[in-house]
Amino acid sequence: MIIKVLGSGCKNCNLLEQNVIKALSNLGQTAEIEKLTDYSDILAYGVSSTPALVVDEKLVLSGRVPSPKQLEKFLSAS
Amino acid sequence: MKATAIKPYQFSKEWLYLTISAIAWIFLYKTILPFWDWFIYGLIGLDATSQVGSSVHFFVYDVSKLFLLLAGIIFVVTVIRSFSSVEKTRAMLGGKHEGIGNLLASGLGVITPFCSCSAVPAFIGFVAAGVPLGVTLSFLIASPMVNEIALIMLFGMFGWKIAALYLISGLTIAVLAGFILGKLKLERFVEPFVFETKLGNKIIDPSKGLEWSERFEMGLEEVKLIIGKVWPYLLIGVALGALIHGWVPESFFLKYAGPDNPFAVPVAVLLGIPLYSNAAGVLPLVEALYAKGLAMGTMLAFMMAVVALSLPEMIILRRVLKPQLIVIYVAVVGTGILAVGFLFNIIL
Repeated sequence: MIIKVLGSGCKNCNLLEQNVIKALSNLGQTAEIEKLTDYSDILAYGVSSTPALVVDEKLVLSGRVPSPKQLEKFLSAS
Repeated sequence: MKATAIKPYQFSKEWLYLTISAIAWIFLYKTILPFWDWFIYGLIGLDATSQVGSSVHFFVYDVSKLFLLLAGIIFVVTVIRSFSSVEKTRAMLGGKHEGIGNLLASGLGVITPFCSCSAVPAFIGFVAAGVPLGVTLSFLIASPMVNEIALIMLFGMFGWKIAALYLISGLTIAVLAGFILGKLKLERFVEPFVFETKLGNKIIDPSKGLEWSERFEMGLEEVKLIIGKVWPYLLIGVALGALIHGWVPESFFLKYAGPDNPFAVPVAVLLGIPLYSNAAGVLPLVEALYAKGLAMGTMLAFMMAVVALSLPEMIILRRVLKPQLIVIYVAVVGTGILAVGFLFNIIL
């Protein structure tokens, strides 16, 4: 699984990344986490509110930071 | 919304917790003033007319009242906002003309959940969706200008009339400034890559598909996040306010920064620019200054400059706007804020 955290490096983007890491460890899964901070990369996914989350090239979330528990839903589904 | 409509309705746990919390909140809010009166003047025995007594009382009462107000209203605002999103707003504004578009964009700017750190993708997204530049700018001005923390605190400290005045004048500036900026045809001062950007096809609307429990959880998270961020400023602001409350003579500021001083408003606006995002710390201070004779218009202008004209946001917007447009933007919004300051100093 490849997870991409999209955001220009603001506080919320770091928070989302931390929550993703927590959610993964709760699920006992491992994944490659990549951070996309360049605006053209972010916009290529059709995102207009950051932070956003892309799981295996699929945009699953944008514009908010869910708790690790809520994130498990997005990560275990794929 | 959809998910809850399909399931049979049940009075589930989260609604019970919400009801209990709401009752506890109202009880606390109604009892803090009598409690601190009893505690400071009765139990500890400080004199209500002394400088120490009135300052300590001002501090503990203001701090507890402001934290309660912040927690309660941030929760409610976040839950309401979870039904809105930048994506929805953009879809509503696409194809709207100037005028009506500016009005709608300003209103939506207040209720759409938006962090200035995502100003760039939002700006590009709006332009790519065919939202006119002036309308986009109305949204970008209104969003920080009508700051929910500032609105809550003005309501808590000065009552609904001043809070409404702030809301209405903030919206008016956003509508007019966006309209004027749109009429000036400034598209040439937008970085060219903005117009070349194509949006991806798939758009996720973050406001859809959430359970009520998730919306409540978002509300709680937001309360924790904002209070975690502002509490030191709030404490310092109230502490300074308490000192001023107890020790600075009555009508001290009436003499130096009253409604008759023409320099008070511009100086307040200039002071406000570097104080970005510290509305929570600035307002208790302003409350104390107001009690000592600072004019209401000067105060509102200062507030607006703190939240709407911020250096960090200008730096972020520089990625999509050329310096000329940023200067014009600051000049137009700044003029609006000055006008509000002078106007209310005359009529209030």
